[in-house]
Amino acid sequence: MNIFNLFGRRPSARVASDRLKLILAHERSGRGGSDLVLVLREEILAVIERHVAVERDKVQIRLERGFGVSTLGVDIELPVTVGGGLAAA
Amino acid sequence: MAKVLVVTSGKGGVGKTTTTAALGAALAQGGASVAVVDFDVGLRNLDLVMGAERRVVYDLINVVNGDAKLNQALIRDKRLDTLHLLPASQTRDKDALTDEGVAKVMDELREKFDWVICDSPAGIERGATLAMRHADLAVVVTNPEVSSVRDSDRIIGLLDSKTLKAERGEKMEKHLILSRYDPARADRGDMLKIDDVLEILSIPLLAIVPESLEVLRASNVGCPVTMNNPLSAPARAYIDAARRLKGETVAMSVPSDKKSLINKLFTRRAA
Repeated sequence: MNIFNLFGRRPSARVASDRLKLILAHERSGRGGSDLVLVLREEILAVIERHVAVERDKVQIRLERGFGVSTLGVDIELPVTVGGGLAAA
Repeated sequence: MAKVLVVTSGKGGVGKTTTTAALGAALAQGGASVAVVDFDVGLRNLDLVMGAERRVVYDLINVVNGDAKLNQALIRDKRLDTLHLLPASQTRDKDALTDEGVAKVMDELREKFDWVICDSPAGIERGATLAMRHADLAVVVTNPEVSSVRDSDRIIGLLDSKTLKAERGEKMEKHLILSRYDPARADRGDMLKIDDVLEILSIPLLAIVPESLEVLRASNVGCPVTMNNPLSAPARAYIDAARRLKGETVAMSVPSDKKSLINKLFTRRAA
């Protein structure tokens, strides 16, 4: 027993085990399929580009993988002209 | 008719070559005729670990290309005459191995030996898939460490999809060798425990090989650890693994080099 455990710090091996279970669950489900994030990014961008000219490097896409649920965050910086219009809408 | 076994892992440096040499020698020490085959074209090392590096004349690619007969390329071990090595080429690259050529050599090896043990290169590319392609069963070597476990999971996926057995719709038999295990670190919570790795990979356990100086010593002198020091902890782990492969029931333990200090032998059902 490690002294740190008495103060509530988790053993690093437990952290390793939890991280592995999480990432492998995702990798196994996606095996053989396409990369979901890449597909989503391209399709979301295509929809936006139909209406607004977006610079590719102004787009941030984040993925958080969780046990029960995963979230995809898309942050798109729009040109000033469009931003004003959207605020009014 | 031989059983063809592939020793694979995905990640490099986890102990595939050590395991190939040790299992091959242990099976041969038990009386079986064994060929160990190095598939790591361009980075061969099984010859060095087996102490046959100065005796290599022909290699796997020469046999595949028909430049040499299998018998000319096979190197018989000087200490154990039932043990043979088919070395990889050091100068050619893996693209020189054709599917048909490898199939033909594997068929010929099957006729001659009781066991054919293929030492896979690291990675998941052609060399690794060729090494596993003809296997009847696989030994996945894993270290209790996140990157090794993840790569092993990937390799298990390939074993279930890219082998001839899988393509025929048969179940690929897979066994885990957990190597470089340190019971003291695992007890302190600093190393993944055996049960963690087994739960994650969910394939049966064939052996627990403890981290040991004896593995390094054996490779230094070019002798499989099961022959160099048969009573050492890693040698005992590999000798038990070889018996399990032959179908014997052997209680699972974590062998220890220290006499009584960490001699926590616990039983576990074998694969």
